[in-house]
Amino acid sequence: MTQADLQKAFYETLRIRRVEERIAGLYSRQEMRCPVHLSIGQEAVPVGISAHLNPTDYVMGGHRSHAHYLAQGGNLKAMMAELHGKRTGCTAGKGGSMHLIDLEAGFLGATPIVASVIPIATGAALSIQMRKTRQVAVVYFGDGSIEEGIFHESLNFAALKQLPIVYVCENNGYSVYSPMEVRQPVDRKIHELARGYGIQAYGADGNDMQAINHYAEEAITRAREGQGPTLLEFETYRFLEHCGPNCDDSLGYRPDGELESKIPKGPLVHLEKTLRDKNLINDDQVAAFEEEIKVEIDEAVQFAWESPAADPETVFDHIYAPVTP
Amino acid sequence: MTRIITYHQALLEAVELSMHQDPSVYIMGLGVPDPKGIFGSTANLQETFGSERVMDMPCAENGMTGVAIGSALTGMRPIMTHQRVDFAFMAIEEIVNQAANWHYMFGGKTQVPLVIRMIIGRGWGQGPQHSQNMQAWFSHIPGLKVIVPATPYDAKGLLRAAIQDNGPVLSLEHRWLYNLKGPCPEEDFSVELGKARVIREGHDVTLVASGYMTVEACRASDRLKEMGIHAEVVDMRSAKPIDMATVTQSVEKTGKLIAVDHAWKTGGFAGEIVASVCETHYEALTCAPKRVTLPDCPTPTAPSLSEHYYPQETDIAAAVATMVGKPKLAIQLKGMKPTGHLDIPDMSFTGPF
Repeated sequence: MTQADLQKAFYETLRIRRVEERIAGLYSRQEMRCPVHLSIGQEAVPVGISAHLNPTDYVMGGHRSHAHYLAQGGNLKAMMAELHGKRTGCTAGKGGSMHLIDLEAGFLGATPIVASVIPIATGAALSIQMRKTRQVAVVYFGDGSIEEGIFHESLNFAALKQLPIVYVCENNGYSVYSPMEVRQPVDRKIHELARGYGIQAYGADGNDMQAINHYAEEAITRAREGQGPTLLEFETYRFLEHCGPNCDDSLGYRPDGELESKIPKGPLVHLEKTLRDKNLINDDQVAAFEEEIKVEIDEAVQFAWESPAADPETVFDHIYAPVTP
Repeated sequence: MTRIITYHQALLEAVELSMHQDPSVYIMGLGVPDPKGIFGSTANLQETFGSERVMDMPCAENGMTGVAIGSALTGMRPIMTHQRVDFAFMAIEEIVNQAANWHYMFGGKTQVPLVIRMIIGRGWGQGPQHSQNMQAWFSHIPGLKVIVPATPYDAKGLLRAAIQDNGPVLSLEHRWLYNLKGPCPEEDFSVELGKARVIREGHDVTLVASGYMTVEACRASDRLKEMGIHAEVVDMRSAKPIDMATVTQSVEKTGKLIAVDHAWKTGGFAGEIVASVCETHYEALTCAPKRVTLPDCPTPTAPSLSEHYYPQETDIAAAVATMVGKPKLAIQLKGMKPTGHLDIPDMSFTGPF
């Protein structure tokens, strides 16, 4: 990664972190009346991936998609307004946090049914292949998703057709409160499983931006050149609860000390250290980034607060698609 | 000079016309390009349009429905086929959670122009998992449209309209209609979704039917006409959007309603018809409405077990006779030999699927 790449990556990662923290901070006002699954601790992966994507590509995600959306260039004001149920939100109040969309940025949609979006993104990749464009489809999902049948059906089909898709598994070790060991054989790695389908697959540390960048570039280039699908498994960690703004370590489902040990190894700390070690950033620059980000978030929150509520007259709109004239 | 073709030929023509006219239309399903061509409805499509647009697919109904949805969101217009409705159940999640909702939950920003064709099996020992009809389930779901063509004309016109529709449309096609012959123009035309049609006129009783039961209801109406009873048959043609206006217009004329359903009784489509008419046109009714449906029971397999499973045209006619106050005629009708057969659609059918 170039110096500029690294600085940009740091900015983007920091921005997502601060957005998520602001949402967590405001949540108790009870004005965001929808479930929020925050990306705190998992921000680096989508930043590294979107750096190699265009707004004309197709990115899709699941319930925990704020970072996927923002990294791809999804509009912050529209997202904030959507969480607040306002008519200026990305779906004008129809979808909320779990159904973000920004077609101009290339975020095709997110849906929370675990793994359901995986074959849909696979279909977007099929469409790319049929239309013979150089677009790429990227789909994000967690470790729980690979337990669903449609994950396997999707990989089989992607391998069969050599589709232009990158499957990104953010393995944070938990499916709500259930650890890996009650769901999958502990000595089997997700990216090794994926290779069994006849596709390229790699595993890496989701806190290491340079590793993310390396595999992202390779996988996205492969897809764009029509050379087939890749699965990337990134080890990450969710700092907060599955759904909501709080830390839930007191529930005791994580081993003692695990959360404490993960935080200093998190993506933001890792990236800042990388930049400082290379003298690419200093206190003043960090402060400047923080200020710029704070201003942007303040404006987005203000926009959300001032926007009118979603229009009750539109409740029955869009049940059916309009007829082509 | 009216051209007579089979129902499966009509379905094929709708797909061919659509694929010629619009390069984004493609069709996929288990066995789509195989020698049987989904009972003739996809015959030779691959030879005409190539294997990129006419695809066999892995045995992965749920995943491939997701794939179809994803392709529909991004510029393509997929048609999926299932040789039985029962096989499509693997894909209920993608159909109901995703296809039906996507346009709404994303504020109208994306569309899912997807058609899923499914076949309702019957006879020759199809049994519980090769014969189910989920018209009631699918018509219940907001965001889905459901067509139930009963004639070759409607098969071509409705399927054409379904392919042109910009949202998800399910086509429920009864296996016993596939060899049915009827008039159908050669040119391109479509039939508006969500519009029923009066297929037999009468003033004594309104029979509301769809799919294969439309055929049986018409046979009943024809038989009764010779006996001086005039039963009007409303062919729903679409289960969703549901055209109650045509139904209630008929009930206002006859005052008597029998809803005939090729599916189970409880929670069924016939119940929807009856409830809706009672809500809005109660005063028009001169007696309680009735439903003629399959019993609340899985489909038995052996011929001796399935003998009384499916209501036939004589049963429908008997219900009409009872309703118009002719119980002796009703008993007579029940004892008559029906026009149709018990476990085959017609004498040309020798099994197995």
